[in-house]
Amino acid sequence: MSSRERILGRVRRALADVRGEDGPVERAYLREHGERSVEETVDLLAENLADYRAIVHRCTEGELAVVVGRLLAERGAKKVVTPAGLPVDWLAATDAEQVPDHAESTPDELDRVDSVVTGCAVAVAETGTIVLDGGPDQGRRRITLVPDHHICVVRVPDQVVSSVPQALDRLDPTRPSTWISGPSATSDIELDRVEGVHGPRTLEVVLVSGDRPSTAAES
Amino acid sequence: MRVALFLTCVNDTLYPDTGRAVVKLLTRLGVEVDFPMAQTCCGQAHYNTGYRHDAEPLARHFSDVFGEYEAIVTPSGSCGAMVRELYPRMGERARAEGRGSGLAHALAPVVPKTYELTEFLVDVLGVIDVGAYYPHHVTYHPTCHGLRGLGLGDRPRRLLQAVKGLELAELPGAEECCGFGGTFALKNPDVSAAMGADKVRNAESTGAQVLCAADNSCLMHIGGTMTRLGTGMRPVHIAEILASTEEEPAV
Amino acid sequence: MSGTFVGMPAFPAAAHEAVNNQTLRGNLRHATHTIRAKRAKAVAEVSDWAALREAGKQIKDHTLRHLDRYLVQLEESVTAAGGTVHWAADADEANRIVTRLVKETGEPEVVKVKSMATQEIGLNEALEAEGIRAYETDLAELIVQLGKDRPSHILVPAIHRNRGEIRDIFRREMGEWGRPAPEGLTDTPAELAEAARLHLREKFLRAKVGVSGANFMVAETGTLVVVESEGNGRMCLTLPETLISVVGIEKIVPTWRDLEVFLQTLPRSSTAERMNPYTSMWTGTTDGDGPQTFHLVLLDNGRTDTLADEVGRQALRCIRCSACLNVCPVYERAGGHAYGSVYPGPIGAILSPQLRGTQSEIDASLPYASSLCGACYEVCPVAIDIPEVLVHLRERVVEGGEAVRNGNKVLLKPAKGHAAERAAMRAARWAFSHPAALRTGQRLASRSRRLHPRTLPGPGRAWSGTRDLPAVPAEPFRDWWQRTNGGKGGAK
Repeated sequence: MSSRERILGRVRRALADVRGEDGPVERAYLREHGERSVEETVDLLAENLADYRAIVHRCTEGELAVVVGRLLAERGAKKVVTPAGLPVDWLAATDAEQVPDHAESTPDELDRVDSVVTGCAVAVAETGTIVLDGGPDQGRRRITLVPDHHICVVRVPDQVVSSVPQALDRLDPTRPSTWISGPSATSDIELDRVEGVHGPRTLEVVLVSGDRPSTAAES
Repeated sequence: MRVALFLTCVNDTLYPDTGRAVVKLLTRLGVEVDFPMAQTCCGQAHYNTGYRHDAEPLARHFSDVFGEYEAIVTPSGSCGAMVRELYPRMGERARAEGRGSGLAHALAPVVPKTYELTEFLVDVLGVIDVGAYYPHHVTYHPTCHGLRGLGLGDRPRRLLQAVKGLELAELPGAEECCGFGGTFALKNPDVSAAMGADKVRNAESTGAQVLCAADNSCLMHIGGTMTRLGTGMRPVHIAEILASTEEEPAV
Repeated sequence: MSGTFVGMPAFPAAAHEAVNNQTLRGNLRHATHTIRAKRAKAVAEVSDWAALREAGKQIKDHTLRHLDRYLVQLEESVTAAGGTVHWAADADEANRIVTRLVKETGEPEVVKVKSMATQEIGLNEALEAEGIRAYETDLAELIVQLGKDRPSHILVPAIHRNRGEIRDIFRREMGEWGRPAPEGLTDTPAELAEAARLHLREKFLRAKVGVSGANFMVAETGTLVVVESEGNGRMCLTLPETLISVVGIEKIVPTWRDLEVFLQTLPRSSTAERMNPYTSMWTGTTDGDGPQTFHLVLLDNGRTDTLADEVGRQALRCIRCSACLNVCPVYERAGGHAYGSVYPGPIGAILSPQLRGTQSEIDASLPYASSLCGACYEVCPVAIDIPEVLVHLRERVVEGGEAVRNGNKVLLKPAKGHAAERAAMRAARWAFSHPAALRTGQRLASRSRRLHPRTLPGPGRAWSGTRDLPAVPAEPFRDWWQRTNGGKGGAK
């Protein structure tokens, strides 16, 4: 008998006392917590991102290239890795050398890159989370992992949802996804949170809104 | 209202003062108290140590003795929780073992009418100020089975706050177990003692003279630790505080 | 389970040492109290916590109830997505499968994501015996591995170490395993984290094989989920060419949607965060992104035996958040090592004796490693009634009876060493069933009370070694009641 058959047989015998179908799972929990306007949801995202030490910037679409260029310059980034489908105009105002995301590039090569700029699939306001799903403007998982500086652009309010349940609704399970809430961190020393371990130690999130001029000053 | 006092075997044997206090308090509040002489033990120690089958006859005996009363009042959170939480479970287990519903039926009547003392005062009698007088500095330890088993919540504290002359001090780490745990105190004496010592040190830090709780088993452990550590504090059951009046103060 | 803990003394003996180790007591107290307060705050932030907890419980119960169906569905989904599924009935089989898979790659080393399942089966030792080196990459696991230590906590295996001890281990051991600790390393957590980053980076960048567990497996989609903080998980899950995940069969959830419950309850219960820094989800393999070869090893190793126990099976709902450890007063004082298992604390006390059986001295003592205070049940995000299972397992220890071991029904004998207790319990039951006898005993005690010491010799020292005995009163209550007609007779 194979182990597969053995285990399945054990499971069935173990459940001999369980009879009949059970009812549906009771989902009395909320789809989102609290009522907020669209603007308030975006504000909450910004607040929660910042609470877990992501650096949050807000601008309009027209200002985006300048903001990205400035962030890369401030970082002193010489090389920036870019997903294949990243809108070209996002990097229109930077001198940094652009390294395209290739299947062939090795982890060592990525380790020599300073920064990465991506979009995202969805952002979750209640938890301060951005989710990448390997879409054209996000690239392979490793490009947002090995470089030490990640600039992630979130289109607000379109890409922002309130809650985890709403985020899952928007995602395609067949695509690999990475949920990011702040820069890498650890609680392993005395159960106290310290930011900055293996993933990018600096996470900058740019919340970019449509054509309306930005009202909020950059934080 | 005629209620039965289920004093518990520990109180009957070692803490008769608590029993007298409950009688005095309830009588003062107009309750007619009876003490069925046939009462013994709810079976908690047996059950919690793994001797469920030995606890069954004790539970049946409890139900025989108390089944006819309107209400059953006990000055013990853990024994109250035994009847309310674990008697139904014992019935369920017996059924699952193919022994029918006999035990469940036998125990069912006593389950809903068993009350821990402070619950009975607040929920059934609807009193908070029981007319007590106790001019001492007191800190209150909510025992685990009262707190998490029965869900006594802030009832004991509200009762204490209404006592004339009583100064109530917050106990740091109040909701942490004192380390008694029945046979746990004997089977894991080092951990039990360490928990007890921490509880006593927290109590000492409040500056109170008296540590009050609603369960003498825990107080036996805490009190024994207090005298061993040479603190000046003493353990007092909440019933004795609530029974104390200006005319007849407890010492 | 793993051989790491063979020969452990019973819990009380192991705890005796820990209780008297002041450094350890301080470390545990500090860490558990820090996280306790944070967890309470993170949970209070969501108004529907009780509903999430109930849904989590129901999803897990439903899954366990139909586990055979969901296992088969998961196998189909993973296979369809490009993965290969293996089934391991026990630790040895799982270790053999993983060892073979690593050998097939020709690689001499693997990088590992923190995983309870691989700890449980002793995978590192099994690989080492075959000449394959396994590098732990979670910071706490690294501290344990470098310190030749044993894990003492589910979430933070090095919780028993403080920052000073960690610095000393890094300085002393890192050079043996690769890049040495930086010169002048201090004990600030940020510097220690940086030292781990530098030490592990070269291993991540060259790794060809990653080994992981998983927090969840979604039957309908074949998706695996790893929840982590540091990014070491992402490194191991995405940079290597081959990924091998060893996962307990109880980690299944039926649907993608079910994740919406656990991705809310797990982070708040474990690290007390709204969301942990990184969560990775993958479904089989993806062309050009991440490992191109993916193996899933489904592990039984006592889980089906646990499933066979009507009361004990709820332990399989566990999502390994460790909230129960962090609130447990016994864990806080005895430390994780006393539990003699990779699963310490309250959940360990009900999981280990079920996964391994109650035959060994340590496993027979674990159900008693609790004062039944109920704090664990209160915080459990899937509502495992740990006190209920503890009492149930105590019954198994003292009464024996039917159980399932390795898929076979066995009749367990009552454990040794409980004979005196059993006799005492029987005697007490008899006395309590005969009120007159109880009364005679009470009177004897009262009349001889002046002779009673406040401390006891022999086995009684378990009580009176640290606590005085209460004084026996002049008369039991029932005598007073009868003498005074319930206080109405006037006498006091």
